[in-house]
Amino acid sequence: MTASATSPSVSPLLSMRSVSKAFGGIPALSEASLEVAPGEVQALIGQNGAGKSTMIKILTGYIGRDKGEILFDGAPFEARSPQDAQNNGISTIYQEINLVPFRSVTENICLGRESRRYGLLDWQAMHEQARKLLARFKIDLDVRKPLLRFNTATQQMVAIARAIGFKAKLVIMDEPTSSLDEREVAVLFDVIRQLKAEGVSVVFVSHKLDELYAVCDRVTIMRDGRTVKTADMASIGKLELVASMLGRDIAQVAKSATAFGDRRGRIGDVVLTANSLAAGHKVHDVSFSVRRGEIAGFAGLLGAGRTETARLVFGADPLQSGALSLDGAAIHPREPIEAIKAGIGFSSEDRKLEGIVPEMSVAENLTLALMPQLARAGIVDDAKQRAIVEKFIQRLGVKCSGPDQKIRELSGGNQQKVLLARWLAMNPKLLILDEPTRGIDVGAKAEIQSLIKELADQGLAVLMISSELEEVLEGSDRVFVLREGRSVAEFSHAEATESAVMTAMAHGDSDLVAEGSAS
Amino acid sequence: MSQVQTQGPTAATRRIDALAAVMRYSTLGALVALLIFNVLFTRHFLAMQTLDVNLTQVAAIVIVGVGMTLVIATGGIDLSVGSLMAISGAIAPIIFLNKVFNIGEIHLAVAVAMIVAVLLAGAFGWFNGWLITRFRIQPIIATLVLFIAGRGIAQVMTNGNLQPFKLDAFQWIGLGRLFAITDVYRGLPIQVAIMIVLVVVAAWVLKRSLFGRQILAIGGNERAARLSGVPVAQVKRWVYCISGLCAGVAGLVVIAINSSSDANQVGLGMELDAIAAVAVGGTLLSGGRATITGTLIGALIIQLVRYTMLANGVPDDVAKLAKAALIVAAVWLQGQGRA
Amino acid sequence: MKKTSIASVLSSQGVLIALAALILFGWLRYDHFLGLFNITSVLRYNSMFALVSLGMCFVIMTGGIDLSVGATAALGSVVSALLSPYGTMAGTLGGVGAGLCIGLINGFVIVRLRILPFIATLAAMLAANGAALLLAGDQSVSVSYDSGFTDLGQGDFYNIPIPALIAAILYVVGSIVLNFTSSGRTVLAIGGNEDASRMMGLPVNRIKFLVYVVSGGLSGLAGVILASQFGAGQPIEGVGWELFAIASVVVGGTLLTGGLGSVGATLAGVMLLGLIFNVLNFENGMGFISLSAYWQSVIRGVFLLIVVILQSQLTGRAERVEAR
Repeated sequence: MTASATSPSVSPLLSMRSVSKAFGGIPALSEASLEVAPGEVQALIGQNGAGKSTMIKILTGYIGRDKGEILFDGAPFEARSPQDAQNNGISTIYQEINLVPFRSVTENICLGRESRRYGLLDWQAMHEQARKLLARFKIDLDVRKPLLRFNTATQQMVAIARAIGFKAKLVIMDEPTSSLDEREVAVLFDVIRQLKAEGVSVVFVSHKLDELYAVCDRVTIMRDGRTVKTADMASIGKLELVASMLGRDIAQVAKSATAFGDRRGRIGDVVLTANSLAAGHKVHDVSFSVRRGEIAGFAGLLGAGRTETARLVFGADPLQSGALSLDGAAIHPREPIEAIKAGIGFSSEDRKLEGIVPEMSVAENLTLALMPQLARAGIVDDAKQRAIVEKFIQRLGVKCSGPDQKIRELSGGNQQKVLLARWLAMNPKLLILDEPTRGIDVGAKAEIQSLIKELADQGLAVLMISSELEEVLEGSDRVFVLREGRSVAEFSHAEATESAVMTAMAHGDSDLVAEGSAS
Repeated sequence: MSQVQTQGPTAATRRIDALAAVMRYSTLGALVALLIFNVLFTRHFLAMQTLDVNLTQVAAIVIVGVGMTLVIATGGIDLSVGSLMAISGAIAPIIFLNKVFNIGEIHLAVAVAMIVAVLLAGAFGWFNGWLITRFRIQPIIATLVLFIAGRGIAQVMTNGNLQPFKLDAFQWIGLGRLFAITDVYRGLPIQVAIMIVLVVVAAWVLKRSLFGRQILAIGGNERAARLSGVPVAQVKRWVYCISGLCAGVAGLVVIAINSSSDANQVGLGMELDAIAAVAVGGTLLSGGRATITGTLIGALIIQLVRYTMLANGVPDDVAKLAKAALIVAAVWLQGQGRA
Repeated sequence: MKKTSIASVLSSQGVLIALAALILFGWLRYDHFLGLFNITSVLRYNSMFALVSLGMCFVIMTGGIDLSVGATAALGSVVSALLSPYGTMAGTLGGVGAGLCIGLINGFVIVRLRILPFIATLAAMLAANGAALLLAGDQSVSVSYDSGFTDLGQGDFYNIPIPALIAAILYVVGSIVLNFTSSGRTVLAIGGNEDASRMMGLPVNRIKFLVYVVSGGLSGLAGVILASQFGAGQPIEGVGWELFAIASVVVGGTLLTGGLGSVGATLAGVMLLGLIFNVLNFENGMGFISLSAYWQSVIRGVFLLIVVILQSQLTGRAERVEAR
């Protein structure tokens, strides 16, 4: 990379100093600082809730700050709105694609800086402009078509094209690669290098460490709302990065990243068998089984069809072909309620959208799936409910002021525990856990992991989906690898090494895996 | 670390809880303040007749408001209630005036008329729910269909004509009284009794029953509810059906009071009054949190504001402006409590 | 795929096909259906609804709704009738101004106080109704016949009714604004995804505010035409106009969730719903059957039902794509 990367003599393009922000009394950022030099690609990393997005939102004027100072281009800077930030040369690409699906590609790229002729929009010029921008990404498509006609990766590219097209001095990319494949990531990195050559700075947020080493010059690490370290990418090792993010020493990290520990044996009969499941564009041919007392893990890249498969088993989406059997009997759940009656529980990956009912209490959330059994003649038996709720609060160590506290007031980890209890209370035969530790802090994560292990030890059949490879590898007794909607490999716990599973995930393209781990 | 996280939100939400408490009591407080004001400044306010007038006028709104509260609790809305009242109000006289087929025994005719009218309104309500769940149409639009067509159906049934009647056996539902004490108390109007029974039953259902819990779960997070095995479509259809049934009852009450049924007038603007009562009462308009007694209080506040103004010489038109401001203020306060 | 594309054609072009079919039916069946008198009177009468629907169209495209348009039109008619003695200009400005005021209040309450559009505009409906009755003293207000004010609603310009001309001009302007200005595209972007529009740095609040102001202004103008056409400001007119307008917009294929819409198709929707009433009158005139005028709201409801169901199939598909 170029020498300009860390040279302190160049006055920084952006300098955020001691920025603090609290939401309703809870600090989200405390005294965080960030400095970006012109033409520099700076990585911003941290665990969920470390304060990255708060930092970005403050910079782009989406929210205000409580304290601190921001200098941009040598002058004090305060964006009043994302629009204001954009006008001043700060463009942002958000993690979720923030575009308008019904509108054309051109509009999605050009809205906010339209070409005009005689005061009216010049569609010709705008289409041309959109085409040119996309050509930089080696994308050629009909820009008049509505965005929703294109796949997620293309939409992401459109979002990036939009941000870059704004003559930005600083481009912020919040996990831009989460929905891109390798080829598209390579193109994106080319564009980033090109931007850099043009003197544009980039703040790059990603959880994929290899990507950071591929394009970033420097890295700033955040933890608990603070910026704990800034270093040259070249001078910091992967392990040290992880250790700083987690706030643990290196030896500890190297040993084990999960709390599953050792537990093998006592695996019983097959509980669930799935044969050649298929539905929609995401699931084409998936087969697997889960046995009593076993944690079966799904590994796969984003879009491999893991969540979609789980939803089919649970009846949340309609199954088009294939067969399911539970305890030897064929089942065809068409609605979740049927799966639940058959003895299946499903904890969604999106806690907020599909898990908690925020206005309801811990008790009401905990017994939501169990309620029909708690009611006599349609009336909820309060005493029975209370007994069950208290039992599970204690057993899972849910930290709350009591069963009547609203669930939205709990931390993510405790909410997750309540949702786990929602299914455990039903005493299911099979529990499907989709990303059970996503977005919760390290401590709670370990607790949940050991709880899952304990449940399996007690004989529960668990199907676990996780995007964290080590969670799947260390936690699962068997690992099923899914790729593009098909089950492509099955590994026992012993066979499931990182390289073997990753090779299967990437379709045996050993070059790619080797390249990834070498850098 | 987790220590900090569990304690933080508690401290933060204490403020919200405090606000919520203020909100809850502010509704009740407003009602009390209105009562005190009237006792002090409005002549004859404490007379039994005044109470009577106010309760009678509020009864139909509350009856419809009970159904509306349940609908809003699921995150929906029902604009068709006024039209369903008109349908119920149109069909009942057709039956008990023996226009279609002859039922000799008058009490039987009245009973058939009432049951058919209420069930018909309920069936239309169920149709609303079916549209919303089967085709995933936004409630505001789905119920708009019957808002427009429903009154038309009532008008077509009666050819737009007024149906006057004088029939104690039927008008008992609007004019009858319970527990009368000769010379001292004229008795509790039947429609007020119906209102009280409905409020008590609905409040109890919402709080204690499986059905109530399911309603609130759907309004609070529909996707989570479905994944937890709540039969979302079924619950919604029932809720809209109940709203229709309530509208049907209210339609009967209104025509009984008027001694006539006018399809052009019965229930006109009722959706607004009911929604206003629900909003002022403190039910979350986005669903998930609802209070039936709140709706009763809300309706009483709106009624009392109007009565207070009228009794003190303010024209009815100005009272409308006040009502509009009241609705906006109540909903705005609600938003503040949650922010 | 085949099925949804049929739905898509029906939803985008269906209103034109239905309108053409209805006109053809009327032309073949009734002698004077396409006569000058019938055409001008239909246009004259429906231009009020057309104006209200135009404003509603923009509001709905942002994903909002304006239930106050009918009451606002009534208020506009009262104000313009009161001011009509001072001339056409005074009457017009007064009526439009009154509408703008209601629109401003709506915009403020929705954007600033962040209150759901249907609640805010429901309250505004009440307020406008109260204000209209108050100003009118609870009765119709006769307009001045000396100042030329009535020409606005009753006059012709080369055989074209003036109200229809006004509506036509405003529809052309509306169409240009929607298709060829950044504000117009922003309207659609907000309806398509409000959060994204905000993140994209579009002036979401300003545009949302503006659509309600415009809707108010157009409703006020509709009220002016009402007053001058019927010679009186009518404080209790306008009941149900909002539903007529919403139905027209929806029948015209504008997506109720916002983000997709067309000004021209909205006009076709207005004409379609208006002609249903007209056809009913002709049919009754022929004497074979006698359908009361009350059937029109039933038929309108059925139309709305069909379109809404068709639309739901379309949006269902879009949602599935989005969820991927």
